[in-house]
Amino acid sequence: MKPIFTKTTGLTDRHFHYCPGCTHGIIHRLIGELLEEMDLIKKTIGVAPVGCAGFCENYFACDMIGAAHGRAVAVATGAKRARPDRFVFTYQGDGDGASIGLAETISAAARGERITSIFVNNAIYGMTGGQMAPTSLVGQKTATSPYGRDAETMGFPLDLPKILTQVEGAVYVASVSVDSPQAIKEAKKALRKAFQVQLDGLGYSFVSVLSTCPTNWGVNPVEALEWLQTKMKPHFALGELKVPASEGGEAV
Amino acid sequence: MKNLVKINAERCKSCGLCVHICPKKILSLGEVANSKGFYTVEMKDQTQCIACAFCALICPDLVLEVYSEQKGE
Amino acid sequence: MALLMKGNEAIAEAAIQAGCRLFYGYPITPSTEIPEYMAKKMKAVGGTYLQAESEVAAIYMVYGAGAVGERVMTGTSSPGFSLMQEGLSFLFAAEIPCVIVDVMRGGPGLGGLGPTQADYFQLTKGGGHGDYHAIVLAPSSVQEMVDLTKESFDLADCYRNLVIIAVDGILGQMMEPVEFPPFEGRKLEPKTWAASGAEGRPKNNVISYYLTPELGESENIRWGDKMSRITENEQRFVEYEMEDADYAFVAFGTSARITETAVDLLREEGIKVGLYRPVTLWPFPEKGLTARLNQIKGWMSVELSAGQMVEDIKLVVNGKATVGFHGRMGGMTPEPEDVVAAFKAQLLGGVQG
Repeated sequence: MKPIFTKTTGLTDRHFHYCPGCTHGIIHRLIGELLEEMDLIKKTIGVAPVGCAGFCENYFACDMIGAAHGRAVAVATGAKRARPDRFVFTYQGDGDGASIGLAETISAAARGERITSIFVNNAIYGMTGGQMAPTSLVGQKTATSPYGRDAETMGFPLDLPKILTQVEGAVYVASVSVDSPQAIKEAKKALRKAFQVQLDGLGYSFVSVLSTCPTNWGVNPVEALEWLQTKMKPHFALGELKVPASEGGEAV
Repeated sequence: MKNLVKINAERCKSCGLCVHICPKKILSLGEVANSKGFYTVEMKDQTQCIACAFCALICPDLVLEVYSEQKGE
Repeated sequence: MALLMKGNEAIAEAAIQAGCRLFYGYPITPSTEIPEYMAKKMKAVGGTYLQAESEVAAIYMVYGAGAVGERVMTGTSSPGFSLMQEGLSFLFAAEIPCVIVDVMRGGPGLGGLGPTQADYFQLTKGGGHGDYHAIVLAPSSVQEMVDLTKESFDLADCYRNLVIIAVDGILGQMMEPVEFPPFEGRKLEPKTWAASGAEGRPKNNVISYYLTPELGESENIRWGDKMSRITENEQRFVEYEMEDADYAFVAFGTSARITETAVDLLREEGIKVGLYRPVTLWPFPEKGLTARLNQIKGWMSVELSAGQMVEDIKLVVNGKATVGFHGRMGGMTPEPEDVVAAFKAQLLGGVQG
């Protein structure tokens, strides 16, 4: 029997604490697989956020640093400037990267920091019980927008990868999803490219991953995939939004 | 073609994503609970499996591994 | 051979000589010379100066570099120091060694650019959340700024604790002759805990949270033991004319220099007064102060603030003698004659000695 699909050494054996059907687990696995395939595990420093993934230092097989909420990209900057020979990534939710951490994300991109940010967008704040996120959709009901996000008083969702395409130091910006096997394969390709951009020393790389939160969306895991496909995807730019200049890349 | 899906039931959370995604509809949530109380996924008919690994791809909890006699390196 | 150097620049130079090759900061008056010196000098020594987008970002860049086991510094002034408070709490909990410089200016709010010592509470009680302490060093001359900065990195590494060098705006700006003698450091353990990339060893996590109250308590007890060791071993002070003193001032930094002149003026009048100068603000040098309690009939704190350190003095004196206070705020500094007058009014009952 030949292995077609086996567990990666890029992840530890710890069982994930995430809710049933939460796509954090898929994204963790893609990162772990890439760390293994690209022989990076021993040279990697990952930076964990605050949020549901705030415990992810237990799941990645590499050295990990737990950052304060929103500051993972600053922590990663400090780590990478201290050890430029290491592969440094951040793993953040939508609040961590686009609300409290928005300044750090954009500034690091502007500086062209040689780090890779993985941004998990599930349009809600999961860990704290389902409050509105900067990426929550207009009309979306959350714990802090119980009547639905009202654009008049609460504004509009941020499309962070789209914003970053305008930042010169951001060399690779991709927006992917994990709502189907095909999407998952595309997501892994984008992540691999983002990792390679760092290894080639080209600049800041950023991959946004549309994800589900069945618990706080109030649907079951399968319905959550459908909500992602039908409701979220139309609102966020998807694909490789910016690629390195060597590939003819300018902001899309 | 002989294919095998190995199930690590202790990691399963009954999310049902693999059941939903399997193109041959040969996975289902069974009636045996793991130590956390989740009724874990079971393979109904291994002979129908085409080792597409969609189940393993969509599983968020590293429950599934896929092996094949003919596919793979 | 002595060099004439500005305080802020001397701190930066001393840090580089102590092996610091990473500086992350944001400009703020009156500490801006520190990042500017670093921006010029770091390149020459193969180090990194990085201007962060804010003090919040800067303290977390320090967190990241310290977490991978490298010597790292930032420098700021009072409003910027306020921004860093959460970071200080995190640095303590994650036990990340680092050195932070606070060049104090007028507050509260945007305040003024003049010198104060009004960050004392923030520095010593901890402006961040939780039970924690930074080791706080308070030099009062540019030479002392050099010597303490060089030592601060060893202290930080030795205890895996943040160290803050606290000066007021005058010390940061003043120029004095300094020397950089060869520094004999402490024997330090290798940083096997660092998240530097898990080559040849199991992985490390550098985190600052705990999942259960039981673990939370045991961690806090362990950290408390560390604080006790620091309190036992690292208290520092300098005494001036204390041997035969009947009364004593307590002052640090620039106010100590002014108070020294007040001591001289009072001694000329035959009043036996001395100056007890803390060099560590945390741990507060209570041991040396306690040793003088039976001797001293009255204490006076002289501070550039509304009176913050005076509370710590009162705690140590514990009712055994009068504790007076004289201070100026908003960037003003007292004249030695004003200190003398306040001393006479509060401790001598207005009667000349």
